[in-house]
Amino acid sequence: MCLAIPMRVIKIQGGSDDLLDPDIAVVDADGMQKEVRLDLVDRKPEIGDYLIIHAGFAINCLDAENAEINLALMREMAEGMEDEPDRDAT
Amino acid sequence: MKYVDEYRDRDLVSALTEKLHRQTDRPISIMEVCGTHTMSIFRHGIRNMLPRQIRLISGPGCPVCVTPSGVIDAFVELAGRSDVIVTTFGDMIRVPGNTGSLADARAKGADVRIVYSPMDALTLAAQEPDRMVVFLSVGFETTTPTIGATLLAARQQGRDNFFIFPANKIMPPPLDALMQDPRLQVDGLLCPGHVSIITGAESFRFLVDKYGLACAVAGFEPVDILLAILALVKQVNSGKATVENCYGRAVTGEGNTRAQTLVDEIFTPVDSRWRGLGVIPASGLALRDKYSAFDITKKLDIHIKPSGEPRGCQCGKILKGIRVPEDCPLFRGRCTPANPIGPCMVSSEGTCGAWYRYGGLERKNLEGKQ
Ligand code: SF4
Repeated sequence: MCLAIPMRVIKIQGGSDDLLDPDIAVVDADGMQKEVRLDLVDRKPEIGDYLIIHAGFAINCLDAENAEINLALMREMAEGMEDEPDRDAT
Repeated sequence: MKYVDEYRDRDLVSALTEKLHRQTDRPISIMEVCGTHTMSIFRHGIRNMLPRQIRLISGPGCPVCVTPSGVIDAFVELAGRSDVIVTTFGDMIRVPGNTGSLADARAKGADVRIVYSPMDALTLAAQEPDRMVVFLSVGFETTTPTIGATLLAARQQGRDNFFIFPANKIMPPPLDALMQDPRLQVDGLLCPGHVSIITGAESFRFLVDKYGLACAVAGFEPVDILLAILALVKQVNSGKATVENCYGRAVTGEGNTRAQTLVDEIFTPVDSRWRGLGVIPASGLALRDKYSAFDITKKLDIHIKPSGEPRGCQCGKILKGIRVPEDCPLFRGRCTPANPIGPCMVSSEGTCGAWYRYGGLERKNLEGKQ
């Protein structure tokens, strides 16, 4: 039931705080577009941000800075190949 | 695609795989709890990349699969009413109960519709004011907030023909129950990435404290999964269990507090029956009194009748991680995705379905036979 691929915000609609007129983002991944509700994310995304979507709702706004740290950690763990097997990282 | 391609990077995958082979010097059993992980592991052929000593076990993380057949029967019975439109996520529709599936009911004239979002069900309720539109509310921590937000919208709209059939569940209690089962020897837990977006990585800390279980929160790309497995192997090697967040681009320690608050406002924990695991205290969610007008089981006085597994089906044991699909005499013979006997074969996240589609690879690996 989960869609694991983050989707990029290309448009924001709505905007009042009224629940009848919720914030909606139009998101895109590889040309597939969807409208998603923003009720559940704690910050309003900007165009170009990436969202993780579940059942028509954005559940998370990807953090570019954390993504870099995440990737750096992965590279670090993958490199260090010449390390002793039991040297421990993290 | 950003945030996807870099986590499928071949060089990174092979570097991590090599490192895993170097670090693994003893048999290690890892349970992946989440059905989306199960799918991803098969789709990317991750079992084939791992050292033989690493055994992956699939856990009870497919929401459709853990829904007991008595609940399915109640869904089917509800769908049979002419004043009701049943709406559901697509995975549920072909799951057989004792009296057939929702798809069978639909073939007999029941109005059953597949929706992508609970909001679609609410929209339908506005279009069909003379009938009761019921959303079959199945799912874990990731799904529940979307249903909560839909109920808030329904209340705001004053919609009185929209209901849910509450059957949501939460992950920590069954994990706690599983870890107490002596038949299941698990060294590490691949914690579900999207559940963790909502609950936070720290929601698994109790497993470290109580059982010394190594935990790693993982995303769904090959690099994510391999990294988390490597983190688990290192924890086991060092004897120092903790919760490692290997999905830092999406998951924080505390999770999505906005979603948590919403769920807490609307739902309250209740004892709940899981297929294969029985009744687990405080593992399900019911609507709080304030929202109980949306509960179709209250409105129509629906009671779940006790019922067993489909005959011969081993789903219960598979969900517990103590059997693999190949152990089931019906697997690939009488039970196939086209003609499923149990939910584990139907759901796109079900273990039997994944084994069927991807060839039931590496049985020896799974079984830990060297
Ligand atoms: S193969 Fe079919 S009958 Fe056997 S456990 Fe899986 S779903 Fe049940």
